Amino acid sequence: MSESHHHAPVLLPITNGQTVPLNRIPILTPDLFQSVVLRELAAGARAVTYFGMKPRHGLGLDLHIALAHDSRNELLLTSTHVEARTVPSMTPVQPQLHLFEREIAEQFGLIPEGHPWFKPVRYHHAEKPNVDAWNRPDDQPILPAVGDFYRVEGDDIHEVAVGPVHAGIIEPGHFRFQCHGEHVFHLEIALGYQHRGIENALLGAHPNKALHLIENIAGDTAIAHATAYCRLLEALSGVQPPIRAQALRAIALELERLANHIGDLGALAGDIGFLPTSSYNGRIRGDFLNMTALLCGNRFGRGMLRPGGVECDADAARIADLQKRLNAGEKDTASAVELLFDTPSVLARFEGKGTLPKETAAALGIVGPAARACGLARDVRHDHPYGLYRFAQLPMSTCDTCDIFARAYVRRLEIQQSIQFIREQAAALPAGPIKTPIAPLKPDHFALTLVEGWRGELCHTLVTDEQGRIRRCKIVDPSFHNWIGLAYAVRNQQISDFPICNKSFNLSYCGHDL
Amino acid sequence: MNTALLILFHLILLLAIPPLLPGIINKIKALAAGRKGPPVLQLYYDLFKLARKQVVLSQTTTWTFIAAPVVTLTALLIAGLMVPFGSFPAPLSFTGDLILFAYLLALGRFFTTAAALDTGSAFEGMGAAREVTFACLSEPALFFALLVPAKMSGALVLAELLHAPLTATWQTAAAPMVLVAVGLFIILLAENCRIPVDDPNTHLELTMIHEVMVLDHSGPLLGLILYGASIKLFILCALFLHIAMPFQAATPLGNALLFLIEMPLTAVTVGLVESVMARLQMRHVPYLLIAAILFCGFGFILLVR
Repeated sequence: MSESHHHAPVLLPITNGQTVPLNRIPILTPDLFQSVVLRELAAGARAVTYFGMKPRHGLGLDLHIALAHDSRNELLLTSTHVEARTVPSMTPVQPQLHLFEREIAEQFGLIPEGHPWFKPVRYHHAEKPNVDAWNRPDDQPILPAVGDFYRVEGDDIHEVAVGPVHAGIIEPGHFRFQCHGEHVFHLEIALGYQHRGIENALLGAHPNKALHLIENIAGDTAIAHATAYCRLLEALSGVQPPIRAQALRAIALELERLANHIGDLGALAGDIGFLPTSSYNGRIRGDFLNMTALLCGNRFGRGMLRPGGVECDADAARIADLQKRLNAGEKDTASAVELLFDTPSVLARFEGKGTLPKETAAALGIVGPAARACGLARDVRHDHPYGLYRFAQLPMSTCDTCDIFARAYVRRLEIQQSIQFIREQAAALPAGPIKTPIAPLKPDHFALTLVEGWRGELCHTLVTDEQGRIRRCKIVDPSFHNWIGLAYAVRNQQISDFPICNKSFNLSYCGHDL
Repeated sequence: MNTALLILFHLILLLAIPPLLPGIINKIKALAAGRKGPPVLQLYYDLFKLARKQVVLSQTTTWTFIAAPVVTLTALLIAGLMVPFGSFPAPLSFTGDLILFAYLLALGRFFTTAAALDTGSAFEGMGAAREVTFACLSEPALFFALLVPAKMSGALVLAELLHAPLTATWQTAAAPMVLVAVGLFIILLAENCRIPVDDPNTHLELTMIHEVMVLDHSGPLLGLILYGASIKLFILCALFLHIAMPFQAATPLGNALLFLIEMPLTAVTVGLVESVMARLQMRHVPYLLIAAILFCGFGFILLVR
């Protein structure tokens, strides 16, 4: 940040989980906002969230953006107020903003002029009547995936449409391939089938009901989303959860990561017909889910977290049981995963396939294991530590081959580290209470939290109104950043390799659709 | 034994035993993966279930769609009549029947792919293209494989070239026979859509070869297809056993028993292969099939040099 000017700073630095009065966030003119944002992004920052909010009074739209300089452990906020119906699109210069701009257009009708692929994100009506960016009538339903798709023309080109109904038991999404024989030129992904309006449902919801909604943003990421949301409420009410609760939260979050990473490696094996690891990991994943159930009674960690702490304590016997199961799980996982990585026919399917170059991943703003598999050092636990991660460091796992192998290998490393982390933290579990009552939320405040879920960074933002009620809630699931990464990774691949590429990202449809 | 009885035995083997093989393969795969797996007789249950179901027909399909499973099964049954099962002689045999045998398999394939194209689905078209592409390579491999016993026996009749003299051939020319056996095993895996060529268990349409072509078939028509696929597996296993297992028992009964032991063992071998390796990527399947051609071709060259 260049602090050479003497007038008010254009960016407000915050820490992960900090709350600030709304009026301390700089409000720039739209032109200055764009130049500041583009300057920071060009200097290596990353957009963690970018959203619109109805101004309290008057017309127009408030835009808020949070930028992360990961290497400097820095988070920066800024905002602007736009009266016009259009703004110049920043996407041509900074592709990582492409979906944020489309989302703002869809929700509030602010058109980013010059956006290279301006389409709706989730196919729903705008927040207000008569502002639809695509001039769709307000009184007619909007169906997902309706509209033009990118087409490659030519006699030899054929189009393959997959979904929204898939053969496996997975979520709905539509994939449109432009192919030449088995060769994929282009893939366009249309989502929105699972849009439930969670952000708006959270407005005015009782905190306990809100938590149920939060745990359902993406069912496999319940703990990570609940962690992010609870930390928001704690920040806004000025409450610190007890250290024991923070430790239990971190253990639960790592257990969630373990269950999903192990399941993913099994699913990768299943997709290429490699049965042993596929079957073993399916079972071992269940063992790790049961460890979460041991802590809180639910295999997916639902109901574990509460604003102010956690709901369930773990006594010494329970922790001893957890350690025992963890040791058994570690042994089983090690042999099943080693088998996967030691089989030449498996490596032949993983290596050099579904490559997402590092520069592309950086430009698209990819997060999580998918980014670390491209050699990008991005991990909230490391870059913007919070809670227990401030005291207990986890080494960052990266791989620089950028392919399916790398995405599998990063998961393998993270499995080893998470097990080690849980073992150490459970052995040194701090004593004390597990919950602090939370106070009413501070009025006119802004709070932002980042959490490294198993799929990557998730960002929750809350803005309160003058009475301390929730005025705006913005959720960014890692899948929101990463779906475009999948579309790029399958370019110039064989269409028969798409399912394995897809599985190597394993993104959430409902997390994206909200 | 009297001829009619032998033919009857052949027919019973051909009609009743095949659905057992996929059951054995699946059981082995399950055991290797640490699961219990479906019952060995599962395919019989499935066929019985499908036979009682209704057929759902897409509006875009024509008579080809219905004819394909029937023609394919018929072609396979006729082909099955030409292959001696162990010591049971083939009921149907004449000079040059190996050509008809190969093209009966091709006829079945032609109708299956025609039915796939008939549905107008992008998936099924893709599967048909893959099936035909790979067949172009597995067909010559099959002919090369049959050339070796044909040369040794001097006959162009399947029943004769697959019979007795092979024991002697293994003694005098083991190397070509090993090559041919390996090549034929690859053909067996490829023609029956097994790993590493195809994955019969996958639900991922984009990766399928054979399964994707029959996605739209349902009820009894699907039953015919599954039944036909098991018969094809049985026939090719029988062919493979003649080449790879030239042991002869002293009595016809002993030979029959030997066949009935070897056949499930072949299924076990297929199951084990599927348990220890991943599928090849689609682009590498032709390499494997070319390897099969080379194995069989070299076997032939070694023999005639």
